[in-house]
Amino acid sequence: MADLHFLANPARFRRLSQRVLPSLAFATALMLAVGLYLALIQSPPDYQQGETVRIMFVHVPSAWLAMAGYALLAGLGASLLIWRHPLAALMARAAAPVGAGFCAVCLLTGALWGRPMWGAYWVWDARLTSMLLLFFLYLGHIALSRAYDEPERGDRAAAILALVGVINLPIIKFSVDWWNTLHQPASVARLGGPAIHPTILVPLLWMAVTLLLLFVLLVLLRTDTEIDRRRLENAEVPA
Amino acid sequence: MSGFAALVARDLRLAWRRPGDVAVVLAFFVVATTLFPLGIGPETNVLARIAAGVLWCAALFAALLSLDRLFAADFEDGTLDLLLLAPWPLELAALAKCAAHWIVTGLPLAALAPLLGLAFGLEPDALLGLSATLLVGTPTLSLIGGLAAALTLGARKSGALLALLALPLCVPTLIFGAGAVEALATGGDFGAHLALLAALALVALATTPWAIAAALRQAGE
Amino acid sequence: MATSLLEVADLACRRGGRRVFERLSFTVDRGQLMALRGRNGSGKTTLLRALALLVRAESGAIRWQGTDVAAEPEAWRGRLAWLGHLEGLKGDLSVRENLAVAERLRGGQPPDLGRVDAALGALDLLLLAGRPVRTLSAGQRRRAALARVLLADATLWLLDEPLNALDAPAQTAFRAALNRHLAAGGLAIAATHADLGVPGGRTLDLA
Repeated sequence: MADLHFLANPARFRRLSQRVLPSLAFATALMLAVGLYLALIQSPPDYQQGETVRIMFVHVPSAWLAMAGYALLAGLGASLLIWRHPLAALMARAAAPVGAGFCAVCLLTGALWGRPMWGAYWVWDARLTSMLLLFFLYLGHIALSRAYDEPERGDRAAAILALVGVINLPIIKFSVDWWNTLHQPASVARLGGPAIHPTILVPLLWMAVTLLLLFVLLVLLRTDTEIDRRRLENAEVPA
Repeated sequence: MSGFAALVARDLRLAWRRPGDVAVVLAFFVVATTLFPLGIGPETNVLARIAAGVLWCAALFAALLSLDRLFAADFEDGTLDLLLLAPWPLELAALAKCAAHWIVTGLPLAALAPLLGLAFGLEPDALLGLSATLLVGTPTLSLIGGLAAALTLGARKSGALLALLALPLCVPTLIFGAGAVEALATGGDFGAHLALLAALALVALATTPWAIAAALRQAGE
Repeated sequence: MATSLLEVADLACRRGGRRVFERLSFTVDRGQLMALRGRNGSGKTTLLRALALLVRAESGAIRWQGTDVAAEPEAWRGRLAWLGHLEGLKGDLSVRENLAVAERLRGGQPPDLGRVDAALGALDLLLLAGRPVRTLSAGQRRRAALARVLLADATLWLLDEPLNALDAPAQTAFRAALNRHLAAGGLAIAATHADLGVPGGRTLDLA
């Protein structure tokens, strides 16, 4: 039980993260520079969508990361509730706004992409609507985890919410798809098609890995900050 | 089981002693739906077209409005501790609270909705369908809302937060509930919608009591 | 040496990231009262809540007849009667209704009238029995909550400041009821600043 002590574990995490963070930041920057070159310059414009297809290189990985981020919240929630892992609470607190950020990026780039594609910034497309609901779930998680005077209570409540949310996500997705096919018969262009050409696939995957690194970097940084904050709040002597 | 029945009976008796609390929720439902024709215009075909969605949304808001006090009252007077200390599963207590909530809000909402649907120019079979979907769908709202109420117990600004947590989770129920009534008008498959609505209720029944119990336990700490 | 009925071993609790108490060990046997003393924030309420399994202890064990109570929490809860700093009464129900509901929530049948009247009588509440609790004074509510404890017929009473808001006659009535409970082989643990009037009562100081 001793290593589950509140500060011992986060302290070890901190030592580790501070060793990793600089090289991770450097790698992310490098990957991003190459990725942007691949996506914006090297890859060819789409024969239908022209240059606007390049939005996809940010839009699609953001959607993936927003979804993965919520799964991460659920995993962290489970580890907090089942094993009372103290680091899980801090990491969830750090990860939720990052995931919400990627979700927002996905929605905004979707709107920018939608303008030339559909002639409107927002259409009630099934994917975009599901993303919007995911964004609301993120907002609820963030608001709940910060709604208590005692941060531990917010952590546990948000952990329960993340677990319930992750069970409900497929149901929400299914219902939105159903609603969408009912109300507007599929006419929107779908991404890719049967096979995505390598000239697009390579930069897409590259950007996905880059943004994943960015995600990890931001979560680690913010977790460090959360550890500091919690330590200051609990300090018996003025820090 | 006797504890479960006792808890349902207690909450019903408390609601009976304060009929105003239920009346306010129903009045909100009526007033909120009345605003739509005033905002949109009185054209009958437009109103009939949006009736199911409007009535379902208003019912959802009305149900959420009353959930704020579901556990907060027990939390504030200390009876929540007695539930936590009861020698039978807390999950059953959570279920009992939601069942009582459904009886005092979901049932009256389902009964009242056809009257309002009449004002929106819904056909008789759509009125019946509306009532049926609300009967099958409102238990899910009580369960999900009950979870949101338990999670926000003792939080700052719990009312608005409760709605923020519950609304996205209620989207599937709203879609299939309103969709079922629309299916009646457009010749779609009403039965399939109702079956999906019932499936949602069963999923909520199987998952939310555990989550509510977990939330109540951590509220008691 | 026979093990004690209730044994608390090495208990530690943490609230809001801070340890409230640690390495707390004591025993309570049949007929014994353990009075908890200590300054505000010393953890009296937290200890009571930990004993009721409302708060998860960080480490340590609570044993009843030698077995850890966390193994069978529902059986353990059935042995407890609880009085928190909140009364646990519904304002819109009468005193008598409150007692009946509380008893049924403990999983029992509706209690018979004689037992309810005995509990009410012990705290001089018979004349108030039909009044909605919201119309009662603070002291009268406290008495009603104590009557609920009496009615529960539990082995172990966990009481948080039981004498709060009670006037002198009510305090005397409660002391008598507590002594009867102990004489009948019951146990009690109470956080209190006042004297509970139990001969040979033990105290635990939470510094």
